[in-house]
Order: sequence, then C-alpha cells, then structure tokens
Amino acid sequence: MAYSFRRNPVAIVSLTVFALIAVLSFCAPLIAPFDPYDPGQIDIMNSEYPPLWVNGADAQFMLGTDDQGRDLWSTILYGTRLSLLIGICAVALQAFLGISIGLIAGYVGGRIDSLLMRLADIQLSFSTLMVAIIFLAVTQAMFGSETFNQYAVYFLIAVIGVAEWPQYARTVRATVLAEKKKEYVDSARVLGFGPGRIMVRHILPNSLTPIFVISTVQVANAIISEASLSFLGLGMPPSQPSLGSLISSGFDYIFSGSWRITAIPGIVLVVLVLVINLLGDWLRDALNPKLYKG
Amino acid sequence: MKTPQPLLEMRGLEKRFELDQGFLETIKLRGGKIVQEKRAVHAVNNISLQVAPGEALCVVGESGCGKSTVARLIAGLLTPSAGEIHYDGQRIDNRSRRAMMPLRKKMQMIFQNPYASLNPRMTIQQALEEPVRYHNPALSRSDVRDKVAEVMRAVGIDPSWATRYPHEFSGGQRQRIAIARALTVDPEFIIADEPISALDVSIQAQVLNLMLEAKDQRGLTYLFITHDLSVVQHFGTKVAVLYLGSVCELADTATLFENPKHPYTRALLSAVPQLKDDHPNHIRLRGEIPTPINLPPGCPFESRCAHANSRCAPNNPAPCNSLMARSPHAMRLKKGAWTAKPRTGGTE
Repeated sequence: MAYSFRRNPVAIVSLTVFALIAVLSFCAPLIAPFDPYDPGQIDIMNSEYPPLWVNGADAQFMLGTDDQGRDLWSTILYGTRLSLLIGICAVALQAFLGISIGLIAGYVGGRIDSLLMRLADIQLSFSTLMVAIIFLAVTQAMFGSETFNQYAVYFLIAVIGVAEWPQYARTVRATVLAEKKKEYVDSARVLGFGPGRIMVRHILPNSLTPIFVISTVQVANAIISEASLSFLGLGMPPSQPSLGSLISSGFDYIFSGSWRITAIPGIVLVVLVLVINLLGDWLRDALNPKLYKG
Repeated sequence: MKTPQPLLEMRGLEKRFELDQGFLETIKLRGGKIVQEKRAVHAVNNISLQVAPGEALCVVGESGCGKSTVARLIAGLLTPSAGEIHYDGQRIDNRSRRAMMPLRKKMQMIFQNPYASLNPRMTIQQALEEPVRYHNPALSRSDVRDKVAEVMRAVGIDPSWATRYPHEFSGGQRQRIAIARALTVDPEFIIADEPISALDVSIQAQVLNLMLEAKDQRGLTYLFITHDLSVVQHFGTKVAVLYLGSVCELADTATLFENPKHPYTRALLSAVPQLKDDHPNHIRLRGEIPTPINLPPGCPFESRCAHANSRCAPNNPAPCNSLMARSPHAMRLKKGAWTAKPRTGGTE
C-alpha cells in the first residue's frame, strides 16, 4: 500500500494538501491572528478590506475582511475546523449506525433483514438535504434561534449522521452476505461462538475495505451537506461561521465588488472536498487487489 | 461382537431445502388451474446411522448426494427437517446455542477448504487462542499459550510461526492449523468434511496420517466425509455409501471392499482407477442421477439399477446391511440374482 502510494502523484499531492488543511485548521487558535468568535475583536469599521495583493488593503488582514469586519483568514481557519469536525463526527455516527444495522441485517437475515433494508430504502428515498432541512427547520422553530445556535454543531452532526446511514448499511450487508458463506464463519459457529462475537470479531474485520472507501467519500459528502445547510441558513449561525455560512454571508456582496468574501472560502471548500475524494479514489484502487498495477 | 452404546446416532434424519420461498413463488399454473405448490430439494432422506466410540465412519458418495449436508446437520450448522440426532444418548438437534455449548467442546468439525476455513485477518496465535479462552475462561494467560503450543506441536507446526497470518502458509499447513484449531478444545468426536480433497496429492497422505495419529493419541471418533475410496480403505473402520440422500449400503470397510452388496456400491468400486488393469471393467450406470427435487417414492436407485424390477418402485429398500437382510436388495442377493456378473460397459 505504501508502494502504491509512492507511485501515485495524485495521492501524494492530495494527502499533502489534506494534511496541510487539517493541521492548519486544527491549530486555528494558535495560528489565527484574530478570534472570529470574539465580538470584542471585531470592528465593523474594518469591513470589506480586500486581500493584501490588492490596492487599499490593510496589512493586518492577509485575505481581507468580511462584511462584519472579521479577518477572513482567521475565519476560514476556524470555519474549516468546524466543517471538518462536523464532517468526521457525522461520518462516525453514520458508520456506527450503518455498520451495526448492516451487520445485523446481513448476518441474521430473514425478516429482520427485510425490515431493516426496507427502512434503509425508505430513508434513501428522502434526499439528505430534504430530511435535514425539515429536521433543522423544525428544531429551530421548537427551541428558538438562541438555543439552536448554541447546539447547532450537534444538531448538524446528528441530522447528517442519521440521514446517510443506509449507504453504510447496504455496503456492509453486501459484504457480510459474501463473508457469511465462507467456512471460517461456519468454523466459528461450530466452536460455539455467539453471533455477536462472530459478527464483530470475524466478519467485521474482513468487511473493512469497502467501509474505508465509502468513509472518505462520505466525509466529503458530509462537509458539502453541512456547507449547503449553513448556506441555506439552517446550519451554523453567522456568529460561529463554518465554511458554508461564510460563503453564504459573502453571497450578498458577490456583485458589489467584494466577491472574494464568497470566493475564497468557496475555493477552500472545493479543494478540501476534492482532495478527500481523490484520496478515496486512490484508497479504493489500492485496497482492490484486482486493480493492482505493478 | 457386542455393539457398545453409540457415541452418535442419527434416527430417520431428513433435510429438505425449500426452493419456493415466499407465498408468490409457491403459486403455479398446472393444467389451466392455479395451484399452490412447494418444491423442495430432498438433500437427506431418512438416514439412520450409528457411530460407536473409537470408530471412523466414512461417508462416501458422489457430488450432491448429501454428504456435506449430513456433516452440517450433525455439527448443528443446519437444523434437520425431520428425525433426531443423539450424542452420547442425548438428543442434540433441537438444542439452543447455549444448550449446545458443552457439546461444542466434545464435537468439532474440520472443513473442506483450508483457504477459507481460517479467518484471514487473525494470526495463527489469535485463531488458536480464541476457542481455548472462550471455552475455558478460567485459564491463565500462560496456560492458554501452553495449550496453543501443545496443539501446534501435535500437528507439526512450529509454535514460533504463531505470529503469522494464514496466507503465509501452504494449503497443507493451513489444513493442519485448522485441525489444530479443532483440537484446542480437546474434542472426542470430529466431523471431517472432505478434509483432504482441496489438497495436493502429496500432502493428502500427510494430513490423513496426522488425523490417524490424533485418533490414536487422543482417542478420537471420526465421521469422515469423502468421495475418495482409496482414502476410505486407509482410514475408515465402517463405510456408509450415500446415493441421492439415502444410505444404500452400510458395512465394515473390509467387508464392503471385498463383497459390495448394493449395485451402486459395485459400480462405485469398479470406478476406482487401478494400475494393474489395462482394460478396466467399469460398471457403466445408465442415465443420470434423478433430480432431488420432489423425489418419487421407492428406491432412489431404481432408475439406474441393472437389477431393478417391479418390487423396487413402490417401497424404498433399507440399506444393505447384514443386520437388515430383509431388504429387497439383500433378498435378491440371497437368491443369487446378483451372483451373475452385473451389466458391464459395452465397448471400451
């Protein structure tokens, strides 16, 4: 695997870029010159400065400022951190739900399998965004904006996590059905091991390859979902901007000269999602022995 | 010779696999009428066998005759459609998994394909330790390790290889590791489902001898499934010949090879390749094996038997067995009907 990695320039570049973005964003409190969450550091008089390489810039603000006078560079760092966090946590939740349901459906079979898979079909027939919009709009109305904004991260993780579990469940079920027929599972049953042990210790480790691959794609998807929801005003509040809400807050100025408030975080989002998808592609090829190219 | 109490006993064992699952599949059009009909594959029909302690009962037969199904029924991987399985005098086929637990230590299974029967993500050490720990939670860490080393030595695998993964071993080594895994719980009865058919010929004897050695040293009883008659001669004390899910002949190994009674057994034995014979005198069976779906009543071999007559169709003859001399096959044998040379192949 390390060999296939060294031979693949796309994978090397993707991993480097991803690592760079991840490290920078997770060190945001150390690197960022301003804290965008602290209203005391924001001065409305600083709003809409252009980046350094454009005339009329302020040396304090490397990438300029947004409409409220926040330093764009600091806000992007914090926002990326938030986006990555939501993406990874939501995928962890998806994976947990999807893997457990898929394992049970595939291993137990019969009625339970039909029931769980029909549930997955129903879940899949709603688009993720639709479910998320309904859920978030209802919770926002229920708890009020104040409380909602406070717990927006958890709501987002929960809704993105719950909306996409069928992806995992279907993949896991398919691999479990293939693994279940193998003799090592029979041998474990003859040794008297319980179904829980067989599922977790014997079948699951042999079904991990596709799980890894969809996980990368799902992280990218979750980041996009989060950005879309925030863009629609149902995600992170403007006071704690993620990449999506940052893009959305600059959207009003896109024709008034300050298009970069939207464009710069937009580029970061595209690059982030692109490198994750490229990494996922490489992982899929590297873990598939049939595609082995010497 | 008095027969001791059998260790394992099958009584009228049957297994049917439903072909039409779900209500819609059972509805069919027959002669302009819609009828509800369930088809089933009769994999195992009314098998009654006994295995005495210390014996090695070989079950032979061609592909698809239900050999592996019998093994899986006994191991509890499948539940019988009818009939009973008794182990040591107790009925075991209807027990829950928990109730089966004490039996799992006594009865183990070796599988056909050593490339599939070991978990590829577990080292040999992990694979061998797991059953020891699971069945003896009280054992200390070093005791478990000693036990693993002991079984590894017993099957001729160097215990220092324990940190390797199954894919680092050859087929024969893997099969020996699979045997070691079965031996970790100190069983007294081993079901071997074609344990050597996936191995190289050069390795087969090695594994077979290992199993015989284990039999002598640990006092094991075997139920040995195979389609290789030369293995039977080497290994078995008793042979059951299966045809289409039914036992057609049951005899001691020596008796069966010297004096096969059932026409199918004769055909099977004549098909064993022999070095001494340039012009093999194979008994050619006519036709094909009937489909095991909705078997007609009567002798399953009737459609291909050279000696079939009107008596064979309605009633299913019991297996040829010296104790069951009343079956139609044996009856005719007594009358000398089969002493004449059976129908042989034409030009060869």
